[in-house]
Amino acid sequence: MADLKTNFLGIESPNPYWLASAPPTDKEYNVRRAFEAGWGGVVWKTLGSEGPPVVNVNGPRYGAIYGADRRLLGLNNIELITDRPLEVNLEEMARVKADYPDRALIASIMVPCEEAAWKAILPRVAETGADGIELNFGCPHGMSERGMGSAVGQVPEYIEMVTRWCKQYYDRPVIVKLTPNITDVRKPAEAAKNGGADAVSLINTINSITSVNLDTFSPEPSIDGKGSHGGYCGPAVKPIALSMVSEIARAQATHGLPISGIGGVTTWRDAAEFMALGCGTVQVCTAAMTYGFKIIDELTAGLSKWMDEKGYTDVSQVVGLAVPNVTDWQYLNLNYIAKAKIDQDQCIKCGRCYAACEDTSHQAISMSEDRVFEVMDDECVACNLCVDVCPVDGCISMVQMAAGEVDPRTGQEVQPEYANWTTHPNNPMAKAAE
Amino acid sequence: MAQGQIASGIVSGRLSSDELTSNFTDLHPPLAAHEAAVAADRCYFCYDAPCVTACPTDIDIPLFMRQIQAGQPEAAGETILAQNILGGMCARVCPTETLCEEACVRETAEGAPVEIGRLQRYATDSVMVAGDHPFERAASTGQTVAVIGAGPAGLACAHRLAMLGHDVVIHEGKPKPGGLNEYGIAAYKSTNDFAQAEVDWLLQIGGITIETGSVLGEGISLDGLVENYDAVFLSIGLAGVNALRAQGADLDGVRFAVDFISDVRQASDLAHLPVGRNVVVIGGGMTAVDAAVKSKLLGAEHVTIAYRRGRDAMGASRYEQDLASSHGVKIMTNVQPVAVHGNGAAAEIELEYTSSHDGQLSGTGEVIRLPADQVLKAIGQTLDGAPEGMTLDGNKIAVTGAGRTSMAGVWAGGDCAAGGEDLTVTAVAEGRDAAMDIHASLTA
Repeated sequence: MADLKTNFLGIESPNPYWLASAPPTDKEYNVRRAFEAGWGGVVWKTLGSEGPPVVNVNGPRYGAIYGADRRLLGLNNIELITDRPLEVNLEEMARVKADYPDRALIASIMVPCEEAAWKAILPRVAETGADGIELNFGCPHGMSERGMGSAVGQVPEYIEMVTRWCKQYYDRPVIVKLTPNITDVRKPAEAAKNGGADAVSLINTINSITSVNLDTFSPEPSIDGKGSHGGYCGPAVKPIALSMVSEIARAQATHGLPISGIGGVTTWRDAAEFMALGCGTVQVCTAAMTYGFKIIDELTAGLSKWMDEKGYTDVSQVVGLAVPNVTDWQYLNLNYIAKAKIDQDQCIKCGRCYAACEDTSHQAISMSEDRVFEVMDDECVACNLCVDVCPVDGCISMVQMAAGEVDPRTGQEVQPEYANWTTHPNNPMAKAAE
Repeated sequence: MAQGQIASGIVSGRLSSDELTSNFTDLHPPLAAHEAAVAADRCYFCYDAPCVTACPTDIDIPLFMRQIQAGQPEAAGETILAQNILGGMCARVCPTETLCEEACVRETAEGAPVEIGRLQRYATDSVMVAGDHPFERAASTGQTVAVIGAGPAGLACAHRLAMLGHDVVIHEGKPKPGGLNEYGIAAYKSTNDFAQAEVDWLLQIGGITIETGSVLGEGISLDGLVENYDAVFLSIGLAGVNALRAQGADLDGVRFAVDFISDVRQASDLAHLPVGRNVVVIGGGMTAVDAAVKSKLLGAEHVTIAYRRGRDAMGASRYEQDLASSHGVKIMTNVQPVAVHGNGAAAEIELEYTSSHDGQLSGTGEVIRLPADQVLKAIGQTLDGAPEGMTLDGNKIAVTGAGRTSMAGVWAGGDCAAGGEDLTVTAVAEGRDAAMDIHASLTA
């Protein structure tokens, strides 16, 4: 079994799975249970300034989106940072770290955007023995109305400024947690790096309303008939998170900046994908909140097994493997030509491919009287919609045409060499091929 | 004297009331809301769905599945009932394993079809529990149609005609409407007096009068009906039963399975319903299976179905055969009855093994005797009392198009009419389609 031992910014943990800063890491009791279950690390639920803690709503804090059989696909929350006194959290963190020296313990912090506030809290966090800090610049509800959380994360100048204070008053790793509620995630990441951040973590939750009650017309979750946007997370947000992670991983300004990946990690495969796109660790919340801490057994065993199969012996070997393959659309090979192929032995004749293609795409699938569905190569643009809607895994595949074959759709021979839009004759901006 | 299952002869009270109640509960309990949502979610919403093609009433199954998924089971129920006004009963009794569920692509994919029958029940029950009747009558046409027989075909025809604005008078010979739904269907498929509840619900459309105790040829004649009504629909079913040509067939304890089934359906207290210790059912169709399973559920010790051909030729589906087997019924194939032996009352049945050559069945000469204090004949029903002058097709009323008989102004549908399988759902389709044709003809 491949060893999952992880070193991220010099912080060691027995595996790359950390629990994200969230309700599962709000107190000593939960964190001890998590460590006993086998989690590699935790990012302690966000600490605020000393003084009376924030208060939470006393009605529902979560809303959900379900798939078949009430499988939870997306979760939304309107909970704030920790509502327990700073002192209590710090004492607990110190005790837990002392008892679990081999696990990563990161303190998430959110205090007002004033140097004094950061200067006050950082030494106290340092005293706990925490391995590092994560700056919560992402929380999209409640705290942002008070000028914190995503209100900071949406202004790169503030990110850079606060990060610099943290590097000045704290001597262990500083991770900046980014909000996805922006237009270009590369800007805040670059600001964090410029401020001296050791790493970024993303994504925080996405502004969301999970549903509207059609009797009361209140958004859900509803507090006394009113709702407020919450932060969306869980499996549904994974594709958005992967894309944002990849943008930071491949941007010239931020390439090589360590990343802790967050957003819908539910199985080992999700984790491996985040790592392949450049994440040194992954953070999990919704999956743990849905199924409990025991999922760590599958997460670790699965990743380890996959690494064995692939011949990787260290998680660091996986990090970034997919990054070189993320590119701009304009560089995709337009001479790559594929056609859908339906395996008639596997086909169950539901006709979903036909309906999708005939109604909404390219009219490239024929249907016979006895329900045989076949691809018409002279119409097929290989859009993949039939593959995506087919209920039988592996029944329809995209088969690449070999160079020299004639594409029946265009009547053109498939060219062997790579050619993209930048040199395409239809592109008014095309550069002459050299 | 021996009690319970091993009491000899045809006696009641073989099982306790509790056991009987438990035995005659729903074969398939209704789906709860979450179960239904999960089950409906398995539907792939196939293009030009094979299940719809397989349904004699062409219910838009993918649509009603999607309506269940979308949280509107009542809307799903309306989708069903618009095509099949007896969709509630069909959900319970249709041999879905040879119709929609056999055609379901998930049957192809994984041998486990979407549970269309149970989901149809979930949807139609939602409508009926709400007590709503979602259909309204069109403006009155001032015309009146006579329907003979209040079985599935007659009721479906009457409802559709009433909806289209015609008045309908149903003549029914039995004390209660429903036909085989009331008197023939296995009790464990239609619990809680569902057949009558469904008829009551159906009649909410208005414009339908049922005259019970009114039999064609006894007080009413087809000529009279044709003269007094604007159209006539015959749905008289198959009231005759095939006789058993075997020595001793007249002994006590030998009776028609349909009568036995009817007794079970009409019994007010099953503990008072007598059944044999050793029951042999002759036949291989659904009636045979129903009678055999019911005998077992009533507490018979040994129940055997004796069928003269092989398993594949049985009218009962494989599912029904397995249902019988799982209740402890023994299925003997390739045996035919030779004689029933006994002194006044049946005690044994003598069966001869058969073999088939080029479809011709013949006895092999080898015989076997089984203890049999009750012999139930389920060897087919026949048309009884076809009106004079009516052209027949084989043993049934010949029809063309949507149930047009050889007589002007007279339509026929259901089991009495030629064509189609003798199924509730087929009868409903024929009744409905005849109604549309009658309407077209009356409003032409």
